Amino acid sequence: MEHLLSLFVRSIFVDNMIFAFFLGMCSYLAVSKTVKTAFGLGVAVVFVLVVTVPINYLLQTRVLGPNCLIDGVDLSFLSFILFIAVIAGIVQLVEMVVERFSPSLYAALGIFLPLIAVNCAIMGASLFMQQRIQMDPATSSQAISDITDAFVYALGSGIGWLMAIVALAAIREKMAYTNVPKSLQGLGITFITVGLMAMAFMCFSGLNL
Amino acid sequence: MSLFSKRNKEVLTAPLNLDNPVVSQVLGICSALAVTSQLEPSIVMGLSVTVITAFANVIISLLRNTIPSRIRIIIQLVVVATLVTIVSQMLKAYAYDVSVQLSVYVGLIISNCILMGRLEAFAMMNGPWESFLDGIGSGLGYAWVLVVVGFVRELLGAASLLGHEIPFISESDFFHNGMMTMPAMALIICGCVIWAHRAYNDREKK
Repeated sequence: MEHLLSLFVRSIFVDNMIFAFFLGMCSYLAVSKTVKTAFGLGVAVVFVLVVTVPINYLLQTRVLGPNCLIDGVDLSFLSFILFIAVIAGIVQLVEMVVERFSPSLYAALGIFLPLIAVNCAIMGASLFMQQRIQMDPATSSQAISDITDAFVYALGSGIGWLMAIVALAAIREKMAYTNVPKSLQGLGITFITVGLMAMAFMCFSGLNL
Repeated sequence: MSLFSKRNKEVLTAPLNLDNPVVSQVLGICSALAVTSQLEPSIVMGLSVTVITAFANVIISLLRNTIPSRIRIIIQLVVVATLVTIVSQMLKAYAYDVSVQLSVYVGLIISNCILMGRLEAFAMMNGPWESFLDGIGSGLGYAWVLVVVGFVRELLGAASLLGHEIPFISESDFFHNGMMTMPAMALIICGCVIWAHRAYNDREKK
């Protein structure tokens, strides 16, 4: 239980997808103009992460890992293709389910839902999960040793991403009233803002639970 | 039609400056920031992306008339994932240290928006040779930004280039700025590159 809590808090603040690893940056910068759409995309990312990471965890440990499918064969080199196929498939599935059962949410998420398939945060979480399986749970609070850990890690990273994009969108809404140098407007100043936010988040890096 | 007609030259050079994927179109930012704490991984990453973009463009452009449009995204992803797997295995075999440094970001080339953007916007509508040039151009446009950011960060952060310490500079304390190796500075330097690039192009227009 303690391990789960620590994993959860660490993945939100210390190993934040945006500020520590720059994952999902493209949609992070493109869709953070208003808080409402940013929140919609953030929720969609949390949802897809929570579904795909545990599935990819099972794939990695039951099918791809050393001696899983065939004795003495390590199929890990296939992981890129399988993970991205799972992600693209799940996104398609989620899209159909949401469209069928909640048309209002579907309309709100709009184009963001299909675009999540190529969001690096999703693929990145699966690849980090793959690395963390090899860690020792006794010594490292980042280790992922069963499917609950994978679920909690996905939830934490998703919430971290959601928080980051909502914060940036709120800042950008206010920034519309400021006087920024002409060639720095738009993208340039957004980068510098995110840099300053990342600097603020660095103070969590000593956090130990 | 010659191999380097006027249009083909434009296809190759536009992404280097005006249509730069990183600086103007904001694509592929994730890896551009994450791998640039040193110069060597930046160069390797830039080259890998160039190679993968060029070949993925050629393959998709050859297949473009046979792909049903409903499932094109999945087909593009599979082609890209295959190429990325090949590159990742090559790096592990011939440049193991760099591949450890790049860690998950090699795998993340799959979800690099530059690739999907070029495949979707260019390779689906053009012949193989143009697509190849377009891939090379976009890849190099991405690579130079990486090299600039990597150069600044390694020089100011560690007073070295490509892992070699620079004798004269390394005595100064200013060149061991630990902040430069942190993720936050990558964003700020990238912001400054964008600023300089836009200011330059605005002045050219006038």
